[in-house]
Amino acid sequence: MKDLGKEATRVAYGKTLVELGKKHQNIIVLDADLSCSTKTALFAKEFPDRFFNAGVAEQDMMGMAAGFATTGKIVFASTFSCFASGRAWEQIRVSIAYPRLNVKICATHGGITTGEDGVTHQATEDLAILRAIPNLTLIVPADAIEAENAVRAAAAYHGPVYIRLSRLTSPIIYEKKDYGFKIGKGVTLRQGKNISIFSCGILVPEVLKAAEELEKKGISAEIINIHTLKPLDKEIIIKSAKKTKAVVTVEEHSIVGGLGGAVAEVLSENCPTMMARVGLRDMFAESGKAPDLLVKYGLTADNIVKTAKHLLKK
Amino acid sequence: MNLKEIECKALVIRYLIIEMISRAASGHPGGSLSATDIIATLFFYKMRHKPNQPEWPERDRFVLSKGHAAPALYTTLAEAGYFPRSFLKNLRQVGSPLQGHPDMLSLPGIEMTTGSLGQGLSVSVGMALAARVDKLKYRVYCLIGDGESQEGQIWEAAMGAGHHKLDNLCVIMDHNKLQIDGKIEDIKTISPVADKWRAFNFHVIDKVDGHNIKALMTALDKAEKNRGKPTIIIADTVKGKGVSFMEHNNKFHGSPPCGDQIECALKELK
Repeated sequence: MKDLGKEATRVAYGKTLVELGKKHQNIIVLDADLSCSTKTALFAKEFPDRFFNAGVAEQDMMGMAAGFATTGKIVFASTFSCFASGRAWEQIRVSIAYPRLNVKICATHGGITTGEDGVTHQATEDLAILRAIPNLTLIVPADAIEAENAVRAAAAYHGPVYIRLSRLTSPIIYEKKDYGFKIGKGVTLRQGKNISIFSCGILVPEVLKAAEELEKKGISAEIINIHTLKPLDKEIIIKSAKKTKAVVTVEEHSIVGGLGGAVAEVLSENCPTMMARVGLRDMFAESGKAPDLLVKYGLTADNIVKTAKHLLKK
Repeated sequence: MNLKEIECKALVIRYLIIEMISRAASGHPGGSLSATDIIATLFFYKMRHKPNQPEWPERDRFVLSKGHAAPALYTTLAEAGYFPRSFLKNLRQVGSPLQGHPDMLSLPGIEMTTGSLGQGLSVSVGMALAARVDKLKYRVYCLIGDGESQEGQIWEAAMGAGHHKLDNLCVIMDHNKLQIDGKIEDIKTISPVADKWRAFNFHVIDKVDGHNIKALMTALDKAEKNRGKPTIIIADTVKGKGVSFMEHNNKFHGSPPCGDQIECALKELK
């Protein structure tokens, strides 16, 4: 894998928000006392009149976001993924998704790479519980470049969107910005014949590493980045599965209800395929340094290789 | 509209509420009847709005945070001319825009989708802040229930409104003292209610007779003149107001009248 540098997706979000703020007067940004961590502080500094801090009150923030949106604003609301999806789930359902209001929930600190803060601050079920809400678009960018694309696309799209961002500084995988990001369209990062690996978020670089390892062992892996969990790109998933006849999903999330669940649903209805899910195995993680946690919970290239080989032996 | 006309409207609205809930055999008559005079005074006296131009950017906003009083809002909107009275026939029926709780996408004049208690006040705060950002003069009126005030989000929103000194926001509490399971006083008291709102940096107008249109007009006028703080009008109301056997009776919180009760109720509202 080529070294293209590193940047956290949350940092890309903060920078992009400032760019968008310069262009669009009707962007309003809200935060719930985490603006330095979510990076909305960058926007707040530049446009103090269009930034509102709800304090430690995520449910209130979602309601305020909805209220602003009824007046024609494009509203970005940020907090950690666990609080956005958990604490404020019903506010997202009733006040934002049901009335299809133009609110972009940009939630940072997704997954276990939040690290030392531990289970209370690690969102590992957010994709599952939000995927069940109608009208809500769900995006999990793979790197900083994709995060910028996703934030821009979300601003241009009218309707509720949840973008899951990460705390960890992670490798950049795209060489250029204009690789054709489109909400709801998966990106084939590598063509292959023997196995399809679908992933999203900052584990995509690990999947690419795994593909190189598999290649050395004579296994040709097709790597597809499913950055949009909803609406899901069924076509690309079915097409690839029909070709390779073996599927692995990789996500920084519980194996229940997230990307693995979504892919399993599509495949079992359309072309039942042998598959294995790499993710948190229906358990809570713990405190620790992000790289150590990824190793302990099997979210590494090594474990992806192992899982793929095991599946192909079946 | 003048006082007399609004009083007449309120009676018509009560009649239509009972008629529509009875036809649907489903709905919340108690809290609709306790909120009727407040909603009628807002739409026919206080608010600047244009029923033929529901999206007018400078309109005053009304958010029914206690969304189960939807029948009172639907009938008021129909009487104000937002949509034909004939729509009222289909409350809570499949395919009808008159959902069990208000859906802003299905009917003109509904400013916000509500029904899960506690959420409307935060939305109203967002609207009031937007008016400030856009330098528009519109006011935001939010009707909350007293039972609803047991929801934590109400107080998160109240804290925000007080913090931002939102004097373009007026909260009205329909204080009928009952909730589904009984008396608020017995289940989880919200008193001292005026002190609570004062502590959250609100201007409080309390002990307003929520069924006296004149008193409501005066309170709403006073609220509009108030500067530097949001206002709450605590309106003392009677659940089921206007129908003798429904008054003070929490059995009619979420149950429609049935059989002979329907005719009796309608007769009292003629």
